[in-house]
Amino acid sequence: MNQPTLAPATFQTLIAANKRRSGFLVVAMLGLAALAGAVIPTALLGQVSPAAMIGGALLAVALGGFGALIGYYKGASIVMAVSGATPLNPADDRELQNVVEEIAIAAGVAPPKIYLIDDSAPNAFATGRDPRHAAIAVTTGLRSKLNREELQAVIAHEFGHIVNYDIRLMMITAVLAGAIVLLCDFFWRALRFGGPRGRSDRKSGGAAQVVFLVLALALALLAPVVAKLVQLAVSRQREFLADATSVRLTRNPNGLVTALLKLSSDPDPLEAANRATEHLYIVSPTRKLTDANRDSIWSTHPPINKRIQRIRALLD
Amino acid sequence: MGIGTVLLLIVAAGVLGTVGLYNGLIRKRVETENAWSQIDVQLKRRHDLIPNLVETVKGYAGHESKTLEAVISARNHAVTASAADPATRIAAENALSGTLKSLFALSESYPDLKANQNFLALQEELSSTENRIGFSRQHYNDSVGVYNAAIQSFPANLLAGSFNFKPATFYQLAEAEKQAVQEAPRVSF
Repeated sequence: MNQPTLAPATFQTLIAANKRRSGFLVVAMLGLAALAGAVIPTALLGQVSPAAMIGGALLAVALGGFGALIGYYKGASIVMAVSGATPLNPADDRELQNVVEEIAIAAGVAPPKIYLIDDSAPNAFATGRDPRHAAIAVTTGLRSKLNREELQAVIAHEFGHIVNYDIRLMMITAVLAGAIVLLCDFFWRALRFGGPRGRSDRKSGGAAQVVFLVLALALALLAPVVAKLVQLAVSRQREFLADATSVRLTRNPNGLVTALLKLSSDPDPLEAANRATEHLYIVSPTRKLTDANRDSIWSTHPPINKRIQRIRALLD
Repeated sequence: MGIGTVLLLIVAAGVLGTVGLYNGLIRKRVETENAWSQIDVQLKRRHDLIPNLVETVKGYAGHESKTLEAVISARNHAVTASAADPATRIAAENALSGTLKSLFALSESYPDLKANQNFLALQEELSSTENRIGFSRQHYNDSVGVYNAAIQSFPANLLAGSFNFKPATFYQLAEAEKQAVQEAPRVSF
């Protein structure tokens, strides 16, 4: 009888866990929004009103639900726009287009949309809500610094994230973390600019300032949640499994090893990456050189030497 | 809750489970069929690209007629073999791969040809097509492995027998080619 390896079970468990976590994330964030919606009217009115609390919670859930829907259906475009990625015209780069279509055949999924990021740092990521609505972005640096074999390995790694549904969880995380960072920024700024004005016009400025202060403090408290979110999306297992999928698709571990070495030893930082999107990339866009091999619970990626060690182990 | 309700629930669960299993098997079988037709698509793509390639090479290395004719005849032979049984077909396609290799080897000694944009584009498309053919065979074999394992495992094997799910056959490579292709790596965590 044909001996099925352990792999399918591992991948299936991972896919189920990814879908579950994606759903959990959305529900948890809606819960947080409802809580905020219930608390804010009390702070504004200065008195406890059940009607206002319920109304506020419902409004917050409706707004949050609307945001979640936009994030789910338009998240890929948002992430691409934030990362400064533009769609690739297939005629401009036949080789890249071909490599992606080849791996799509190997993985048995439809070819994803391809985006280019104009940056000399070699890096790549995939995003989208499922394999049928996926997109891959590569930097121009990746195109110029890798040969075809290495490019194929990197693309196959991204397909690993696509077929394992990592992309859904990572995209939702990116959009949520991005929204929280943005809101936090907005309220701190409003607080700072509202400051001097409040002094000249104590009566009306004072109330607004208190509201902003409350919101800003609440969001500052949310900062650890952001960190937790990113951590939730980032598990070493995920990167290791995408590496393993890459090898399963290309049957070529050496291409991936040399690609990872090139990517991690490149000194250029990736300008377009930020706290909300760094976990998407194949190698960490911010930590470079010496850092790439350090193991820490705060790092979004496993150390490169450990990844290479595991890939080499697949050869035996 | 009466004994009748309990029995009804058990029967309902059984029916739902069977339907789920059956649909899963169907999905896996359709996947192998899709994967098989993908091989066809890619072989066809190669047949369509070759006349263009031969025309381009003729302009620079017209006197290498022996190699060019070999490619053309292998290509035409492969096109006619498309309707034949798999074994004949695989042999014809393998022969075509061989002649293509010698054509590209020949192009190495013609610098002008190698600098020609049209030739470079065709070379990229053909080498991509070779990869696609390889990957589509690999995907076919992968999905056959999944399907065959599924119909042999309990409890799906009970269903597979009564609904006539037959094991699918793997795409076998020529002996020489087989040695060049690596075994699929075992993945374990």
